Amino acid sequence: MQVPAPIEYERATSVEHAIALRSQLGDEARFIAGGHSLLPMMKLRLANPTHLIDINDLNELFYIREADSEVRIGAMARHRDLLDSELLARHFPIFRDAERVIADPTVRNRGTLGGSLCQADPSEDLSAVCTAVDASCVITSSDGQRVVPMHAFHVGPYETAVANNEMLTEIRIPLRPGGGSAYQKVERRAGDWAVVSAGAAVWMDAGIIVDGRVGLAAVGPNTTSIQPVAEALAGAAPNEDLYQRVGEIAAGNCSPETDGRGTAAYKAHLAAELTRRALRTAVARAQGQET
Amino acid sequence: MTTTETEPEQEEAQEERPIGFGRLLRKEDPRLIRGMGQFVDDISLPGMLHMAILRSPVAHARIVSIDKSAAEAHPNVVAVITGEDLAAQGLAWMPTLSNDVQAVLATDKVRFQHQEVAFVVATDHYSARDALELIEVDYDWLEPLVDVRTALDEDSPVIRDDLDNKTDNHIFDWETGDEAATDEVFERADVVVSEEIVYPRVHPAPMETCGCVADVERVSGQVTLWCTTQAPHAHRTVYALVAGLPEHKIRVIAPDIGGGFGNKVPIYPGYVCAIVASLVIGKPVKWMEDRTENLVSTGFARDYVMKADIAATNDGRILAIRTNVLADHGAFNGVAAPVKYPAGFFGVFTGSYDLEAAHAKMTAVYTNKAPGGVAYACSFRITEAVYLVERIVDCLAYELDMDPAELRLKNFIKPEQFPYETKTGWVYDSGDYEPAMRKAMDMAGYAELRREQAERRANGELMGIGVAFFTEAVGAGPRKDMDILGLGMADGCELRIHPTGKAVVRLSVKTQGQGHETTFAQIVAEEIGIPPEDIEVVHGDTDNTPFGLGTYGSRSTPVSGAAAAMVTRKVRDKAQIIASGMLEVSVADLEWSKGSFSVKGDPSKSVTIQEIAMRAHGAGDLPDGIEGGLEAQICYNPENLTYPFGAYICVVDVDPGTAVVKVRRFIAVDDCGTQINPMIIEGQVHGGLADGVGMAMMEIIAFDEDGNCMSSSLMDYLIPTALETPDWETGHTVTPSPHHPIGAKGIGESATVGSPPAIVNAIVDALKPYGIRHADMPLTPSRVWEAMQGNHTPPI
Repeated sequence: MQVPAPIEYERATSVEHAIALRSQLGDEARFIAGGHSLLPMMKLRLANPTHLIDINDLNELFYIREADSEVRIGAMARHRDLLDSELLARHFPIFRDAERVIADPTVRNRGTLGGSLCQADPSEDLSAVCTAVDASCVITSSDGQRVVPMHAFHVGPYETAVANNEMLTEIRIPLRPGGGSAYQKVERRAGDWAVVSAGAAVWMDAGIIVDGRVGLAAVGPNTTSIQPVAEALAGAAPNEDLYQRVGEIAAGNCSPETDGRGTAAYKAHLAAELTRRALRTAVARAQGQET
Repeated sequence: MTTTETEPEQEEAQEERPIGFGRLLRKEDPRLIRGMGQFVDDISLPGMLHMAILRSPVAHARIVSIDKSAAEAHPNVVAVITGEDLAAQGLAWMPTLSNDVQAVLATDKVRFQHQEVAFVVATDHYSARDALELIEVDYDWLEPLVDVRTALDEDSPVIRDDLDNKTDNHIFDWETGDEAATDEVFERADVVVSEEIVYPRVHPAPMETCGCVADVERVSGQVTLWCTTQAPHAHRTVYALVAGLPEHKIRVIAPDIGGGFGNKVPIYPGYVCAIVASLVIGKPVKWMEDRTENLVSTGFARDYVMKADIAATNDGRILAIRTNVLADHGAFNGVAAPVKYPAGFFGVFTGSYDLEAAHAKMTAVYTNKAPGGVAYACSFRITEAVYLVERIVDCLAYELDMDPAELRLKNFIKPEQFPYETKTGWVYDSGDYEPAMRKAMDMAGYAELRREQAERRANGELMGIGVAFFTEAVGAGPRKDMDILGLGMADGCELRIHPTGKAVVRLSVKTQGQGHETTFAQIVAEEIGIPPEDIEVVHGDTDNTPFGLGTYGSRSTPVSGAAAAMVTRKVRDKAQIIASGMLEVSVADLEWSKGSFSVKGDPSKSVTIQEIAMRAHGAGDLPDGIEGGLEAQICYNPENLTYPFGAYICVVDVDPGTAVVKVRRFIAVDDCGTQINPMIIEGQVHGGLADGVGMAMMEIIAFDEDGNCMSSSLMDYLIPTALETPDWETGHTVTPSPHHPIGAKGIGESATVGSPPAIVNAIVDALKPYGIRHADMPLTPSRVWEAMQGNHTPPI
C-alpha cells in the first residue's frame, strides 16, 4: 500500500469557510474534491500538501442548471452527473462523448468538473471540452466573484488563474442557437489518459458555420483553444475540404512530444484526424442529423 | 485417441456435483468472494512491526555514504539497517536461483533503479515510509547500461565488478540443436526468411504485491514466515541452505495468494530483510511492497531479442529454423529454471512442426535493470519460443503468399509420429494437431472470414486474421534432468481417509488462484469415490505438507496431480485388501466401481469406501499383515514433461485513420489431455487470453536512456480491461498424456503462451496492404501507425 506523508485535514462547511481556510493555511494547503488526481500524487509523494481542505460537503456546488441563457455547472458536479445530465446532452453532447471515455465508473462517481479544470493537466479531457464550448469560469474569493474565460483560466501546465485565496465555484456555458459539438479521443486502453483528444463545437446558421472552435488535449500547452482554427471556421460552409484544412491547422498549431503514449508524429497526425472527425460530427449534430 | 467434443461451453456448472471429474464450482470461492480469504497482508501478530525499503533513485552509481541518523531519531522508528550493517553479518549478498549472487542491500554500488539500499523498521507502516525520506544517501553517478545491444561493447560500463575478474557484462552462452546440419539445410533451401523479433520486457503484475510477515522466536530459534510464495518448500530449503538456518526450525506458510504468474517464485531481498529484522529486534516484522515496488523491482519476464531464420521449399514445406538470441537478464541473473536449462525450455522453439534441422544460440548479459526474468506464465521461456516460431512461420507464409493456416496444416507433426523427438531433443508425449486446428477454423468460420477480409480490403478497410498453433512443454520435471539448486523436481503427496470416510489430501504445490482446492479434491474423488466436498485440500504450509517444488511452469497438474492420483491408488490398494477381509473373498475376486468394492459376479456383496475406512480404524480384525488406518504418502517423479497444445485464431479490425486496433473475435481450442474440471480450465484460458491482449497490445516495462523505469505504476504499465477483450470463444480436443496416470497435461499457461502470436499475427495481417511483414509488441496505436508509415522500430 502506498501511503502519503503526514497531512492535516480540514472539512469545509461552506464556500466562505473553504476560502477562509485556504487563505489562512497558505500555499501548501490544497482543496480536495474527488481526489482522483491529488491522492495518487500524494501517495507517490509527488504532491506533499501540508493541509487538505475537503470540499465534499459543499452541497451548493453540485448543480447543473439553465439560467440566463447559460448552462451553469457547479464546480463539484461529478463526472457521473455530467454524463447523466439530459440538459447537457441536449445542448452540448460533447460532454457525454467525453465523459464516456474519461477514466472508469469508479473515478467518474467521485471526480469533479472543478477538480479536473483546476488540476490543469495538459492531457485532461474536460479543459478541451470547456474551451470548445466557449465556457467561462467563476472564481470566488472573500472579495466577491470574477469571471474568467477558459483560454485565460489555464496559465500553464498544472497552473490556473485561481489564486491562493480563491476558489473555482462555477462553470458557465453560453446557450446559442444552431449549436453542435462532439469529442474524439484515442487512448491506449480504456481509462487511460488521452494519447490525443479533440473537442469541436460549431454554431450554424443557414448552413454556414457562424462560429466554431476546436480544443485539443495531450498535444502540448495552449492547444485547448486554437485561434487559427476559429478563424478558418468562421463563415465557412462545412465540407470535407474544410475539415481537411482545419485538421491541418490544428496539427500545425500543437507541439506534441514523444512519450510512452506515442510519437510526436503520430500525435500530430491524430490532432488532424480527430479534429476532422469531431468537426464532422459536430456539424451533423448542429444540423440535427445525428445525436 | 483424440476425442473432439462439441459440448456447449457456457453451460452452468452441473446441478449434480460430480464425484470426480466434471464441472464443479470452486470450493475456495465462497471464502474468496465474500472477502473472507486470508492473505499475507491480513496477518497481524501481537507486537508486530512494519518495514519499508529505501530504494535507489538511479540505475547505476557508487554509494559514497549513507547517513541514517535522522531516520533513527524518528520517534516511531525501531531500527534502520544498511548494506554495511548486513555485510557485518555476512548477509549483504544472497545466492540467486541461477548460480549468481544478488545484493540484499547494496553495499558498493547500486545496479538498477529502485535497487534495495536500506530498510527501516517502525511501529507502523506510515512511520516506516516517512522515515525513508530521512535517510541521506550520497551517490557517485556512473554511466548506466540500458541498451542490451551494447552490453558486450568494449567501452560499456562493467556492471558486476563485485564478481572476481569480471571485465564485461557477459553471463552465459547457450546453444541447442545441430548448427552444421541446420546450416546445410539452409544452404539448399528454396526460400529463407529472416526477421528480428523482440519480445519486450513485461511484468506479471499480480493483483496482490509481494510481502511477508517474519516471526523469529529468539529462544527456540523457530522462524515462521508468512509469505507470498508459489513454492513454500523450495523457499524453506533455500533459507536453510544459504543462511545456515536449521531447516526443522523454519516454517514457511503461503496463505491465500492473490495471483503469482511466476512473480512469487523468487526469494526477494525484502523477505530476507524482514527475517533479519525480526531476528535482530525480536518481534514479528511485516513487509508488504507497494504497487510501484512490485513493478520496478520484482521478477520481470521475457526481454529477448531474437534473430530468426526459417528455411522452406517453394511449396511450403518447412525444413529448418535457427535463431540467435540476446537475453537481457538485468543486474543479477535471477532466472528461475532447472539448473541444466539456463534458457529454460526455449529449446521447444521448433514448435509443432516436423523439421529436418534446428539450431539456437543464446547470449545472456547484464544490464542496469531489475533482475529476474523468472516467468510470467511462461513455462520457462516457452512463451518466447512459441512467439518466435509462430511469428517466423507467419513471415514465411507472407513471403510464399500462402494461407498461414494451410502452411501450418502442411507441416504439423503427424499423430503417428508421437512420441516425437524434436531436433533439439524434446520428446513430445502425445499430440493430434490437425483436428484442433480444423476445429478452431470451423468455430471461426475461417473461409468466410477470409472472404470478408478480401471484401473489406477492397474497400480500404483493415481487417486481420491471425493464426497461431502452439505446443508447450510443462510439468518440470524428471529428476534425472531437472533440479533447482540441487533440489529435484518430484512432488510429494499425502492422503488420509478419516474413520467416517472423509479425507484430507496434503499437497506440496500452492494455488495462487488456479483452483487447487477443487481440482485436487476431484482427482482424489475420481480415484476413490469420495465426493469432492468430503475431501479437504491442505497446501501452502511446510509444516503440514510433504516436500515439493511448488506451483509454476504449469507443473501442478502434471506433477502433483499425478502424485495425488497415485497416492489415492495406493490407498485404494490397501482398501481393497481390507475389503477382501470384510467380504471374505480373495483380493483378486473383487472389482472396483467408483466408491465401492464388490464381489465379482455378485454385486449385492459389496462394501463402500466409507465402510472400509471405518473398518480400517475400527476394532475388528484386519487381514494378516495389514496395519490399521487408511493413508499413504508418495513422491511422484514424472517420467517426462507433458505437451499440451492449442490452435488460436484472432480477428482484429484496425482503424486506418487512428491505427486503433479492436480485437473483434478470439477463438481458442486447447488440448490439455484429460480434463479434470472444464470450468476451471476455461477460466485459466480466459485469464491467459486477456494476458495475451495485454502483452501484444499495451504492456511493456520501458526504460529511458538513464535507466529510469518508465512503467512504475499501473497508469504507465497498462493491463487490459474487459473493454479491450472480446467474448472468448473456447473449445477443446482431448489427447491424453500417455505417461501421466490420469492422462492430464498442464493448462495454466497455454493461453498466455499461445495468444500473443495470434494477436500480433492478426494485426500484421491487417496491415498487409501496407507491405508489413512484422511489427514488434506492444502494438499500441502509435506503434501500429508508425509501422503503417514504414517507420517500425523495435521497442527497445
